[in-house]
Amino acid sequence: MHYSWYWKVLLETEPGGTGSYLHYLVVGLGWTLATALAAWVIALAIGAFVGTVRTTSMQWAVRIGNFYVEIFRNIPLIVQMFLWFFVVPELLPTALGDWIKQMPPPWGSYIPAVLCLGIFTSVRVAEQVRAGINSLPRGQRMAGTALGLTQAQTYRYVILPQAFRIVLPPLTSESMNIIKNSSVALTIGLLELTGRARAMQEFSFRVFEAFTAATVIYLLTNLVVVILMRALEQRVRVPGLIAGGAPQAGH
Amino acid sequence: MQGFDFDVIERSLGYLFRDGMTFTITLTLIAMTGGIVFGTLLAMMRLSSFKPLSWLAAAYVDLMRSIPLVLVIFWFFFLVPYIGAWVIGSNQPISVGAFYSAAITFTMFEAAYYCEIMRAGIQSIARGQVWSGYALGLNYWQTMGHIVLPQAFRNMVPILLTQTIILFQDTSLVYVISATDFLGAASKVANRDYRLVEMYSFVAVIYFIISYTLSLVVKRLQTRIAVIR
Repeated sequence: MHYSWYWKVLLETEPGGTGSYLHYLVVGLGWTLATALAAWVIALAIGAFVGTVRTTSMQWAVRIGNFYVEIFRNIPLIVQMFLWFFVVPELLPTALGDWIKQMPPPWGSYIPAVLCLGIFTSVRVAEQVRAGINSLPRGQRMAGTALGLTQAQTYRYVILPQAFRIVLPPLTSESMNIIKNSSVALTIGLLELTGRARAMQEFSFRVFEAFTAATVIYLLTNLVVVILMRALEQRVRVPGLIAGGAPQAGH
Repeated sequence: MQGFDFDVIERSLGYLFRDGMTFTITLTLIAMTGGIVFGTLLAMMRLSSFKPLSWLAAAYVDLMRSIPLVLVIFWFFFLVPYIGAWVIGSNQPISVGAFYSAAITFTMFEAAYYCEIMRAGIQSIARGQVWSGYALGLNYWQTMGHIVLPQAFRNMVPILLTQTIILFQDTSLVYVISATDFLGAASKVANRDYRLVEMYSFVAVIYFIISYTLSLVVKRLQTRIAVIR
């Protein structure tokens, strides 16, 4: 069995006429990053909040936080995509639902994809933030109380400044996960990198050239993310504090 | 809730579970078993003192962990027919079918994640355990098989199971190669009867119940193991 490679296909014009296939894939990378970045903002904001709340002494808030985490952790990402894309517009008031359904492409799939991915990832961020806060010595909290700080002040001035710096390394792998997970948005019609590699394979019949190109682009992207996050980690590292490297299940 | 027809779920229960869920669970069990076996071998390779073997395993694991699962599913869906043809010496790519393609994909992909867990597990065993094995006259495989791996495996059972719950959820991505897993079956009914809201809500509830129950079991197991140690 023999496969004859034909790399020049990358320079040929794609059927849409917007440029070469290579250009088509790079635009796909742009959508991948645009989805991942917007979702990352949502994930960090909600994740930091929910993760913090779950370590406080407010039992009702801890319970709501736990409920939120369990819901979005135990439903597959693709099913959550379908919920945001197919189900949510039907449950909203008719006018609003129709407006969402009539959004022009790619926004009609971009917005649900960002919301879905952001909330999906926020749960994982919340777990990391909670673990980071719990890894601080109990004395830190007691010292805050001893100084006469309220719980809110202890969090603001003692706990969170340390915890956020500790959780940064695990968040590196989450930021790579969010880039990879954005590929699931192809199932609701967003033409990001993987979706475009698939489309290129269908147009040109060059299966392995398309997927190899996409794989190389993902590898390079990962490399850049790792280098950027390493630099950030160096800057914000707490001297003398080593974040735990316990193995974790995940994708 | 007017305008919704939840009878469609009752009418298709047989198809959803007999065809769909069976596919999902079989795929999960095969990929879990194959993934843990292959992943443990990868972990042993990575920890090998023979560098080329260690680099090869590291390259494989890093590659698998750097690209999206959806892309890996596409890769194997098109690659396996070619590899199969090469193995049996055929001139045409052979037809493999969605199930076998998915089983190979998930085994190979999950092995990279199980490898990292098993590597941490093996490294958590005190060096003295290995030395005492050698001192007793056991060779590498005997030391690994009788002393290191059983302990490493036991320490890692909760994380291995948590990874398996993620695997169970991830198998729903076989949707992209039109396989009839639980989600695929529901999606076919949903599109045939135009009942997307009802079917996808139902799918979400079922996945939630199964994953959440399993995660509670893992949590209990974790405390039991922790108490004994």
